Amino acid sequence: MTAQPDPLAAAVTAPKGRRAQPDGMVEKRGAGLWLTHLGLIIGLLFIFFPIWLAFVASTVSQPEIVKPPMPLLPGDHFFENYRKALVAGVNAPVAMMMLNSMVMALGIAFGKIVISLLSAFAIVYFKFPGRRVFFWLIFLTLMLPVEVRIVPTYEVIANFGMLNSYSGLIFPLIASATATFLFRQFFMTVPDELAEAARVDGAKPMRFFWDILLPMSRTNIAALFVILFIYGWNQYLWPLLITTDPSMNTIVMGIKQMFPSGDDVADWPVIMATSILAMIPPVIVVISMQKLFIRGLVDSEK
Amino acid sequence: MRSGRIFMEKRVTFKGIWLPLLLVLPQIVITAVFFFYPAGQAIYQSLFIPDPFGLSMQWVGLGNFAFLFSNSYYLASFATTAIFSILVTLVSMGVALYLAVLADRLIKGSGVYRTLLIWPYAVAPAVAGVLWLFMFNTRVGVVTWYLGVLGYDWNHVLNGEEAMGLVVVASAWGRISYNFLFFLAGLQAIPKSVIEAAAIDGARFWTRFRTIVFPMLSPTTFFLLVVNIVYAFFETFGVIHTITSGGPQQSTTILVYKVYADGFVGQDLGSSAAQSVVLLAIVGALTIFQFKFIERRVHY
Amino acid sequence: MATVSLSGVKKSFGKTDVIHGIDIDIADGEFIVIVGPSGCGKSTLLRMVAGLETVTSGEISIDGRRVNELEPMDRDIAMVFQNYALYPHMSVFDNMAYGLKIAGTPKGEITARVEEAASLLQLGDYLKRRPRELSGGQRQRVAMGRAIVRKPAVFLFDEPLSNLDAKLRVQMRLEIKQLQRRLGVTALYVTHDQVEAMTLADRMVVMNAGVADQIGAPLEVYGNPQTEFVGGFIGSPPMNFLDVSLGHAMPADAIRLGVRPEHMQIADAGAQTRGKVMYAEALGAETLVHIKLPDGSIATVRQDATKPQPDEGTEVGVTWDKADQIAFDAAGKRC
Repeated sequence: MTAQPDPLAAAVTAPKGRRAQPDGMVEKRGAGLWLTHLGLIIGLLFIFFPIWLAFVASTVSQPEIVKPPMPLLPGDHFFENYRKALVAGVNAPVAMMMLNSMVMALGIAFGKIVISLLSAFAIVYFKFPGRRVFFWLIFLTLMLPVEVRIVPTYEVIANFGMLNSYSGLIFPLIASATATFLFRQFFMTVPDELAEAARVDGAKPMRFFWDILLPMSRTNIAALFVILFIYGWNQYLWPLLITTDPSMNTIVMGIKQMFPSGDDVADWPVIMATSILAMIPPVIVVISMQKLFIRGLVDSEK
Repeated sequence: MRSGRIFMEKRVTFKGIWLPLLLVLPQIVITAVFFFYPAGQAIYQSLFIPDPFGLSMQWVGLGNFAFLFSNSYYLASFATTAIFSILVTLVSMGVALYLAVLADRLIKGSGVYRTLLIWPYAVAPAVAGVLWLFMFNTRVGVVTWYLGVLGYDWNHVLNGEEAMGLVVVASAWGRISYNFLFFLAGLQAIPKSVIEAAAIDGARFWTRFRTIVFPMLSPTTFFLLVVNIVYAFFETFGVIHTITSGGPQQSTTILVYKVYADGFVGQDLGSSAAQSVVLLAIVGALTIFQFKFIERRVHY
Repeated sequence: MATVSLSGVKKSFGKTDVIHGIDIDIADGEFIVIVGPSGCGKSTLLRMVAGLETVTSGEISIDGRRVNELEPMDRDIAMVFQNYALYPHMSVFDNMAYGLKIAGTPKGEITARVEEAASLLQLGDYLKRRPRELSGGQRQRVAMGRAIVRKPAVFLFDEPLSNLDAKLRVQMRLEIKQLQRRLGVTALYVTHDQVEAMTLADRMVVMNAGVADQIGAPLEVYGNPQTEFVGGFIGSPPMNFLDVSLGHAMPADAIRLGVRPEHMQIADAGAQTRGKVMYAEALGAETLVHIKLPDGSIATVRQDATKPQPDEGTEVGVTWDKADQIAFDAAGKRC
């Protein structure tokens, strides 16, 4: 629910990449190989230059930045700038904002995975009244973009007194059934006989869910976790709308709040240190769970 | 057929009515309160104009919509959105395809590049906006300064075209990872024997790419086109808000920014709701289009 | 360990009737094979006994106790599935132990029973492996082990061998039979393979379009098919069906006659009919001669390889004993 559509909506229809051996003896030797590396390195420079520059800016002093051109190599104010950002910040300590972001991102990832697993289990393995209607409601949430409800959702949150609260940050963002749809797609590929074998073995529905379905869904759950964590961490508009109290700001929306209004000069080293801090947790999650993440992104269509 | 698969059912079902209802309850409650009710409200509100004190609502039917489409600012925002999303899509997909084709040519080491290239995916659009704003800042920006040395006076705060260029590059930058991963997966899914057969037929790299690789990649390309347009429409709010706030003179006010600006800054709820509904129609159309396409993709 | 009886068992999905009323009484320790073409309802019947499908009408009882409303686990049965349905994330040991764990069996007893079953099935060395690390035959054994450890009154098999290659299938067939004899458990076995049915069954049930056409001992069913369908389905090559006018003194209401290929001889003397040899398949010990009859139908004669083999295109006479011919009426029933 913000100006960002659900990250999983696309995954539902993503084309599936079959793994093939990246062999190919076609033109990959000698000069061609070096040109290939060169081309990729130029691309990497383009991608990393903004990040590098932010890092450099977070290690130098304010005077070095405001007298352009700023240096292109790191300075010696690293600890000073980061300590200032984490402890004091501009409006609120960045450490506090990171905590808020962490709660929000984890809340969204866990919350959405839990409710989606439960409801996907129900619609796949039970016949109950309203099941079809429920399924169509799920389908509708795939089509209905979140943008149509910014203002009314704000009103709902305000009426519930959930402004400046974690629940206000989390609940509207787990209110879509894309993950349910993905889990349903996965459950449909689980052979019917497994559930039958479990029934013959005497497993009740929830036992089957815990002992068999959940362990079999481990990789799907982990992949979704990566995607949802980043989705939650990177939220901007929604926290901007509902957290007016600086102590509830998330780090991603808090950066913009650090810019002074009017003609005052921004505290660039602290702002850039905050920017670097804002990308560290999602980058760690993506890199450390790279395989799962790519699988979740590319292979979600089952 | 995919549509058949989407709605198929399991042979086995457990017995019970209360348990499944209990299991779907959390989702039902949360989606009803935070999704369907607000979405319904948006559609409802788009048919009214609140009085200046917000005490009562006046029914105007499609008046909000009629007003929107006769409003030159709104129509300009449409054009801005179109230009913006086309540019973002082309730039990010172009760069991603270039990198993916190169990485696909490597036998060893493509994993290292991939690890590095997925970084920007983790960077929030709003943070990407701050990074690019810093480079092009009119006072302290490094790139601005070097452009100045070269005799070019960069000022996106005053120049609408430069502002557009900056938000396009910043938005496209954050999207390269995503497109790269899909293109690379698509390229690796192409059977190497097909490419080798073409090589034996005497086709050189560029000819092979044009006549074989790119056509076989078209399902991926098409999927990415749709997804990137949706991204450019909605997810770039953070970039625009941090870099230009829609300015100068609304030259970077895309539709979703205008919903925010009119609804929260301008407090014009009826108009904002009507704009939301227009966005709904656009995304709905894109989604249906995409599903239709996916069904046809099976023939590939 | 238990008797199973089905009386008037029917099944319909919505308005479609798939099983039209089946009655069988299975004795304790008996091995019953349900055989029929795909779609005949044999699997559905088995799944009703298992409790995986509801019974539309009629009654199923196990050891004299009505089980229609009981959950699978309360029926004292165990089932081996066509694709084995092993839990992919569990070790062989855990796969076999799962049912016992749920039943709350003490740990020591679980271990003892699993190990006993594993040694019976020569799986002792594989208890820590995951299913994906096993060969097809080993997975099959694990599936059987899972059934054995529960010590059920009735074994249910749903085409358990159809995913194995031909050689392994023959071997496992023998093992299943030996195991069942050794454990003395009543078994209900579904297959579409008539060779499996013939070799495994104490009695077989031949099903056709939701009806049990014939129930009996394999040789009885083979020698005295009660319907045209049974005659055609059981036996390979299948029974020859000929026009009634060709037969020896037929009953008045007969419209077709059936003769097994091994009961036909090529002989000019006293030929019932004549035909042209289309081709002859020499299988080694025996030869199958396919003969095109004047009405266009084809008869297959199975003869010893030592007999002279007619050339293709030659005209030959075909003959059979009156005792070997079987007459069928318009409804396909024996008459």
